[in-house]
Formats: sequence, structure tokens, C-alpha cells
Amino acid sequence: MDALDLARWQFGITTVYHFLFVPLTIGLSFLVAGFQTVWVRTGNPAYLRLTRFYGELFLINFALGIVTGIVQEFQFGMNWSTYSRFVGDIFGAPLAIEGLLAFFLESTFLGLWIFGWDRLPKRIHLATIWIAAIGTVLSAYFILTANAWMQNPVGFTFNEAAGRAELTDFVAVLTNPLAVITFLHTIVAALLTAGAFVAAIALWRIARRPGPDDAAFRSAARIGAVTVLVAGLLVFVTGDQQARVMTSVQPMKMAAAEALYETSQPASFSLFTIGTLDGSRELFSIRVPDVLSFLATGDFNGRVEGINDLQAGYQNLYGPGDYRPIIPITYWTFRLMIGAGALAAVAAAWMLWLLRRGSFRPNRWIVAMAIVLPFLPLAANSLGWIFTELGRQPWIVFGLMWTSAGVSPGTSSLEVAITLLTFTLLYGGLAVVEVELLLRRIRAGLPPEPGPGGTTGDEAERPAAFAY
Amino acid sequence: MELTTVWFGLIAFLWVGYLVLEGFDFGVGILLPVIGRSERERRAVIATIGPVWDGNEVWVLVAGGATFAAFPEWYATLFSGFYLPLFLILVALILRGVAFEFRGKRPDATWRLRWDAAIFIGSLLPAILWGVAFANIVAGVPIDAKHEFTGDLFTLLNPFGLLGGLTTLALFVTHGAVFLALKTTGELRARANRVAAIAGLVTAVVAVVFLAWTQQQRGDTASLIVSVLAAAALVGALVANRLGREGWAFIGTAVTIALAVVALFVALFPDVMPSSTDAAFSLTTTNASSTEYTLQIMTVVAVIFTPLVLLYQGWTYWVFRRRVAVDQLPADEGTEGAA
Repeated sequence: MDALDLARWQFGITTVYHFLFVPLTIGLSFLVAGFQTVWVRTGNPAYLRLTRFYGELFLINFALGIVTGIVQEFQFGMNWSTYSRFVGDIFGAPLAIEGLLAFFLESTFLGLWIFGWDRLPKRIHLATIWIAAIGTVLSAYFILTANAWMQNPVGFTFNEAAGRAELTDFVAVLTNPLAVITFLHTIVAALLTAGAFVAAIALWRIARRPGPDDAAFRSAARIGAVTVLVAGLLVFVTGDQQARVMTSVQPMKMAAAEALYETSQPASFSLFTIGTLDGSRELFSIRVPDVLSFLATGDFNGRVEGINDLQAGYQNLYGPGDYRPIIPITYWTFRLMIGAGALAAVAAAWMLWLLRRGSFRPNRWIVAMAIVLPFLPLAANSLGWIFTELGRQPWIVFGLMWTSAGVSPGTSSLEVAITLLTFTLLYGGLAVVEVELLLRRIRAGLPPEPGPGGTTGDEAERPAAFAY
Repeated sequence: MELTTVWFGLIAFLWVGYLVLEGFDFGVGILLPVIGRSERERRAVIATIGPVWDGNEVWVLVAGGATFAAFPEWYATLFSGFYLPLFLILVALILRGVAFEFRGKRPDATWRLRWDAAIFIGSLLPAILWGVAFANIVAGVPIDAKHEFTGDLFTLLNPFGLLGGLTTLALFVTHGAVFLALKTTGELRARANRVAAIAGLVTAVVAVVFLAWTQQQRGDTASLIVSVLAAAALVGALVANRLGREGWAFIGTAVTIALAVVALFVALFPDVMPSSTDAAFSLTTTNASSTEYTLQIMTVVAVIFTPLVLLYQGWTYWVFRRRVAVDQLPADEGTEGAA
């Protein structure tokens, strides 16, 4: 493998890994803030204990999201310096703004939240977690703006003399239709992810560790399951809209998602397709008539362009080359993403059915569901991300720059190999530690109700029990 | 003033913010095994930076992001050129960040000692490597006509670079010791005070040699004045530490680091990355910058939000202004959770 391949693997591995933690962090920040709000408003101690229980899990997860995020910020310059020179005038701004507006907010106010339990008035302390939650959403918006620009570059001009893309309309970058819809899709997916996490853990506790806290966990399970269903519906709606925007700005990606080789009107939605190995035509498929036309255009009789026509068109436009992504990957990631998300919604509906009268008789199917459920949205998130990034290939910036042209010219394959190997091993090790810590906390159950706290007038700081 | 100059100043400001703030939490991390002699003491040491270290670290993310936005060529050359040192910094920051969050989550001693080691190494490496990086930026490194760095790791490990690393290490250790003296009580406070006195003397020698060498390499009158002021602030800090005036000592070390960074940036200007291959290949505030339009937008954003950030980060320090006392630490969370 050369430096380019290694740099691509590194970006893929570090980004997918980072994105395992990010949606959970975004979604959980809101659910934990919600629990705490209920506690502050009603004084019900069960919600304080839920806040602390899920807050701990949230923080374990947040730690890894943060540290793996630093790699993302450095990686563009380290491995993709030619890309950075080419897009910096446009792409750098959302990244810098993300740091200034969002990262400071998240890190500072989470610090206040973690250590401020005994230091801050109740309502101000509650505000800190809400502000941190808003920070996570701002962060998502700006980074997705940057990513959407790579998918659908807008508001720029190509400066021939400088050999780079230059910003002409920042508002156009911020209101890129693909950015807006991708942002909405990602945020509701994050809520789905967190809902599944909260519900599944609560259900597991009720089924496997029944006890005095069952009532509190039943509330958590219901809240989580309802979150999954509501968010699931919104994921579906936003995903549908996103597919339409994608069809208009990146038709090749939509065609590749469907392995639609020939332009069709109307186009059927494929449930299962096997194509030839070189990816030029299909051998076998099971199809639902007209559905792809609707997905892509909003009209059951809409015309959807096929891979072969698009390839020919791009060759005319951009010169000779292969403009097709790896079809089996785009095809399967797209399908499995939808499948995993839908399965999570089904599981949540089943859970609400079980809880309709309060208690239920646990059996091993229910336990199995509780164990599998948190992983379904995580899988869907990763698959969606892999789909959207690999579906953009061979471009790093659609229509402007090939991925192969963006890599750092002076960086040797040995250097990239060293960093790739180290990050992969380090991330793998940390994943083991994180899962182990999460399981330990989940087994420990709800923390005891804290005694009357508050230090007033003491000379010394008393770090909260929540702290390190 | 040209916007490119404004942004050169803003980037200097972000690095000042980063190195002053994370400087003391690096120092605290390095001193963890020295000053924290028992598990309880180490918890107290970590508790002094617990609420703030993560917010401090964001400064480097914003410095990196702002460099990308305002000077893409600088960002690209620096990050691809200083590849392995930055990689080591990343690994260190990952280990360190995770260590702070995870060490208290299990009660057993081996677990905690391992994370303590991660905090130590994760603080030590960046404390040295940032100095190596900045010394090399100021001294100039081989850069070709296409703005590509043509050296390797060993190009950077030259005597001047290594002295830069030693300088930041010594500065941060002193800064961290002074911070610990300011934020703890009793035995810890006394110990931190003594460490600050010793580390401060070493720092004074190393830093003066480094700043003088920098001055000789690339200095002008302005950078000379700033360097002298930095040295004066350090002397002031040491005197204040001696007198047990910890607040003043901390202000002194903070001002020292701030002025030392300013001196480097003043010496650098108008280059951002001088080329040792040929001065004509140097990256400057003008040939490495973004367009006027991008800089205008970034300026508006920075003018609105930077004061806001300073305000709420300042408030955090106010909320957690009290000292951490070992005997006031709560019962061990790890064992409590398992019960």
C-alpha cells in the first residue's frame, strides 16, 4: 500500500471510530439534561439518580469522543496537505468556528457540570448541561457544513492563478441544502442512538437485576423507547429528503446506492442485487416497482439516472477516468443502514408493548434484544457515514479535486503506516477499556441518593462525588 | 492594519492562551508523581485541574482551526512537515485525556497507577514537543518552492529545537508547581512551593539562554524588549513564590509564558514559517493567507465570540477558585459505585 491508501484507511478508521462516540454524546447530553430537568422541576429523587447513572455513562463516552476529535482536526494538515491548501480558504472557516463556538462551550460547561454539583445553584447547574448539549449540536452543524461542501461545493470560485478554491459567499456555504438536511438527519439519528442506549440498559436492568430501582428504570426505558420511535420517524423523514437533495447534487451516489446501472423511468427499489465483479451491470435482483423513483425525486414516475449514463457524462465533462464509487459498498451500506435503523424502531415498539402495564415477565429474547439494541443505531450511523464518504469517491471535493490528488506529497508511506498502526491499536485498546467501564457502571446500577450537600463558607474546595 | 497581520496577531493570541492555560495543567501532570505521594494526594493534585483542563485543551484545537482558516498554507506545511512530533503529541493528548476521565472509575491501585503513568507521559511529551516545534518554526526549516517541508524528524531535533523543548518543559513545570501551590493546602502546598523554587531557578537559566539564542538567530529590537520583559516576569514570579504570594507568582509565570510566546511571534513576523533552504521560499503572512473575504468573516466571528469565551472560561476559574484540601476529598467514588 502506498501513502495514499494508508492515509485513506487512516481517515476511514479514525473517523468511523470517532463517529461511534459522537452521536451518542449528542443524544445523551439531551436525555441526561432532560432527566435532570425533571428532577429540578419535580424534586423526584429517582430522576436525580437516573441523571447521575446515565451521566456517568455519558462522560465515559464523551471522553473518547473528545480525544479522538483532536486527531480529526490535525489530520487534514498531516495527511491531506494538498487538499488543505486547495480548500483552506473555505473549509477552514467552519472548522475554526466549530472550535470557537462549540468546543469551548462543550468542554467548559461540561467541566462546570461535572464538578459543579455542590458549587453551583441548582438551576444554574442544570443550565450548564443544557448549554453543553447546545454546544454538541452547534459542533455537528459546523462540521457537517464543512463536509457538505466537499459533497456539494457552493459559494466559491476556482482561482486559477492561486490554484485553489476561494470563498465568495459564506452564507451559501452555511445554507448549503445538503448541509442543512444532513445536519437534521444526523441530529435525529443521534437522539435515536441515545434513546436506544438509555432504553436498552434500563430494560436489561429490569430483566436481569430486578430490585427496588425497577420503577425508575421503567421510566427510563419508556423515555428511551419513545425517543427511539419519535426520532426514528424523523430519521426516516429527513433521510427521505436527504436522498432527494443527494439525487440532484450527487446523482452518481444515489445510483450507486441503488446499484442502478441503466437510467430508468420509473425506477424500482432494489431489495437485493448481485452485480458483476467489475461493477458494470447487474446479474440478479429483487425489486419493488417505482419506489426508487419516489425516493429520489418524490414522484413515483420520476426518471433516475443510471451509473453507466452518469459515467459517460462525467467523462465528457471532466475527462477520462472512472467516476464510479465501489458499488457493492455503497449498495450494501445504504441498505444495511436503513435496515439497522428500522430494526431499532421495531425493538423500541416491542419494548413499549412490554411495558404497557408496567411489569413484564423477562425471557431470554427480551434480554437478547436489550443487548443487541444499542448496537443497531451505532451500526446504522457508521454505515451511513461510510456510505456518504465512499459514495463521494473518487472525488475528495466533488467535481473539483480527486482524493488521490489531495494527499500530502512529502509524507512517506512509512510515516503514515506508523501512525495508522498506532492509532488503530490505541483506539482498539481504548474501546475495550471503555466497554469494560460502561459494563461495570451498568452492573453497579443507580447510585445512592446523595445526602444533603453544599459547601458554603468553607475555605477549601470539596470536589463533587461525581468528580475524578 | 492588514487583516493578515490581525490574524497573525490572533493566532499568536490563541497560542498564548493555549500555552499559558494548558502549560500549567501539563506541569501539574508532570508533577503528579513528585508532589502526589499517596493515592489521596494524587487525587487532590488532579482535582486542581479537573474542571478546567479540557477547556484549556480546546485552545489548541481553535489555534489549529484558525490557522487552517486564515493561513491554509501555514497549516498544510506545518502539519504535514512536523508529522511525527504532532503525531506523538496527539497520542499523548489522547492518553492523557482518557486517563483523567477513567482513572477514578475503578477502585484498584494498579489501574490508577497505570493511568497516573499515562497522565505523566501524556503531559511530559507535549510539554517538550511544543517547544521543539516552536523553536524550529522560528529558526526556519527546509521548505521548497512549493511550500513543502523537505526535512525529517531528525531535522527538527537540532540543538536549538531541543533547547526550545527543554525551555517549555521547565517553564510548564514551574508554572504547574506555582499553580499547585496556589490551589492546595498544607503539606501539598508547601511541597509545591519548594518544587516551584527549584524548578524556577532551572527555568530562569534555560529560558534566558533560549531567548538570547532566539534573539541572536532572528531577533529585532521589539522581540528583545519582549524577551527581557518575559525574563523580568519570571524573576518576579520566583520572588513572589519565595514570599508565599502564590497568586502573584502564578500571574508571574503566566505572564512569562505569554511574553515568551509573544517574543517568538514578534521575531517570526512577517514570516510565519521561514525557509532555511531559500528565504524566497518562506511562508509569510501574505503568501500563506486566505482571501480578504474569508479573513473578514473570520474577524467578525472572532470579535464577537472570543470575548464571550474568555468571559465564561474566566467564570469557571472563579467558580472553582477555592483550594483543594486532601482531607476534604469525598469518599472514593470507585468503591462507592461498586457497593
